[in-house]
Amino acid sequence: MSALLDSMSAGFDALPAALVDAQGLGAPRRAALAAVLADGLPGPRSEAWKYTSLRALSARRFTAADAVAEVDPAALADIPPPRLVLVNGQFDAALSNLDGLPDGVELLALSQALQGDDGRAVAVLGRRFDRPDELFARLNGALATDGALLRVAAGVAVATPVHLVFVGVAAAGDLAMHLRHLVELRKDASLTVVEHHVAQGEHRHLANHLVHVHLAGGARLVHARVQDESTGATLLARTDAVLASHSEYRRVDLELGAGLSRHELNVALQGEGAVAIAGGMLLADGRRHLDTRLGVEHQAKNTRCELPWRGLADERGRAVFHGGITIHAGADGSDAALSNKNLLLSDSAEIDTQPVLVIHADEVKAAHGATVGRLDETALFYLRSRGIGLAQARALLIQAFLREPLAVLGDPALAETLGALVTQHLDRKDLSA
Amino acid sequence: MLKIENLYVRVAGKDILKGLSLEIGAGQVHAIMGPNGAGKSTLGNVIAGREGYEVVEGTVQLDGVDLLALEPEQRAAAGVFLAFQYPVEIPGVNNTYFLRTALNAQRKGRGEPELDSMQFLKRVREKLAVLDLKDELLHRAVNEGFSGGEKKRNEIFQLALLEPKLAILDETDSGLDIDALKAVADGVNLMRSPERAFLVITHYQRMLDYIKPDVVHVLADGRIVETGGPELALQLEEHGYAWVKDRIAPGASARA
Repeated sequence: MSALLDSMSAGFDALPAALVDAQGLGAPRRAALAAVLADGLPGPRSEAWKYTSLRALSARRFTAADAVAEVDPAALADIPPPRLVLVNGQFDAALSNLDGLPDGVELLALSQALQGDDGRAVAVLGRRFDRPDELFARLNGALATDGALLRVAAGVAVATPVHLVFVGVAAAGDLAMHLRHLVELRKDASLTVVEHHVAQGEHRHLANHLVHVHLAGGARLVHARVQDESTGATLLARTDAVLASHSEYRRVDLELGAGLSRHELNVALQGEGAVAIAGGMLLADGRRHLDTRLGVEHQAKNTRCELPWRGLADERGRAVFHGGITIHAGADGSDAALSNKNLLLSDSAEIDTQPVLVIHADEVKAAHGATVGRLDETALFYLRSRGIGLAQARALLIQAFLREPLAVLGDPALAETLGALVTQHLDRKDLSA
Repeated sequence: MLKIENLYVRVAGKDILKGLSLEIGAGQVHAIMGPNGAGKSTLGNVIAGREGYEVVEGTVQLDGVDLLALEPEQRAAAGVFLAFQYPVEIPGVNNTYFLRTALNAQRKGRGEPELDSMQFLKRVREKLAVLDLKDELLHRAVNEGFSGGEKKRNEIFQLALLEPKLAILDETDSGLDIDALKAVADGVNLMRSPERAFLVITHYQRMLDYIKPDVVHVLADGRIVETGGPELALQLEEHGYAWVKDRIAPGASARA
């Protein structure tokens, strides 16, 4: 067995029996772990893992967090309430602040729900994952004991964004944390939620997030996810969103940090007229490996998706993008648009992009495209001829390129806040050569 | 102000400028006319410092400063401005932000204090009023979705804001209808001053009906073959460029 899975198995054994068996979840947890151990890690022949090798990771060992880590609250000062904070995978009540949470909105930690008799924990944790390449979802099923549960009651429109904050902090060893989340909007509810994945100090932890997004009919969710983890960190994230009729899901992912970050975004457009507008950017510089894998399923009539993604690879970085769209039989009137544009800034960097469109319906509109290029020399000269130095001119063009998907949020203030994070990252880069 | 001596320039292995000399004094407007392929745009690009132009021989000086030794942004700070024949669209870069960044980068390059946003906006409003341009131009991305006329007017607006010593207009008349051409020319004429020199590059004489040059040069086959007053432009209009062929010095390859 690989050191990785061996350490995960040991982590399971170290969980208190009462926690494993809480709410009758013991059996599905054990089954999920057994399935992972039986199938092992996917190799290079696994299509889903073709461009992201788990070889280096397979040789590493992670332990579960045992002590509560200290976080300087000042580091989170920019993130206003209401916010739920988890440090090294554990709910931190002191840093969390639910002030201003409107009536009709429930926000609590999964660990709190597991202690009570809240059925929602079971509803999300009891799910089975059948494919061997879903090993991190399986591990999550076995090992997740914390996370965020967020629910908005029918008809409630929430104006204040809710923040979910995940902080990685250096510990005695490399930690593995498995978190399960649920964002549920009842009929005609609306909400903005922002996930922050941030580090305090350098660390090499592994975080395994699985987020369920449930949008009932007419619900509207704006969802931003900022991944700005430590350069040594490994992140494996998966979002499964299910959209009922005439619901709208707008989301943006900023992949700015970590050493290895993979995100699988699965969106099922189950109800007629459901809309998913999901874009993002991958900033793969240094030795960062970023992998984003979209799976959008048009399952009902007149569903729409719009997927603008931008990638940048510099130095020895690697950006991997898979944009899968399936239009099922009967999903007539579907409209799908995917664009993945990439900037390759160094000879040692790599970009792999793979738009995949599968259509089983008639009367659909579908467009997809992927490009990889360099910065436009003419535009660079234009900026320089006006007095702007080379490094600044490059930064301007890169920023403009990467910020483009932020428009999908339909929220200029949030887009500006997120765009500023991109600018901060570029400011730290040396673009003079 | 601008002094070019014996300039030889090669582009992609091909000789384009072949011993061009030109001197423009402060306050003067010089027009460079010539047939397609004569090297007109090359001249503008070389002065501004575009990559891909290999200077084989010769010097280009602005008030005694060796421009060829400078990066494009340093040339801008030294007072060079090139109005592009094809202004570049830069989606996602706000026009105001771009202009302020450019102006402050130049000021910094010259050791002058940068303008804060209030000072900058004040200056912008002054220039907009003078050029009779709409505010709306500022809120859009640089040249994105601009019509041909708007792009050229945006170039002149930048010229007005950056206040260069030497303004080069590269075929600014191309693609403009007569109203847009007049608007652009009005803008340029407002910018004429005893401290500023203009180099107006054009294929057609019509631009010079509105921007009256002090001196007209004819560029053919990489060098200046004729220099005269405004009447020279009219002669060209009448006779076409065919007659300049005969004036190319012996030994040069004739390909007008």
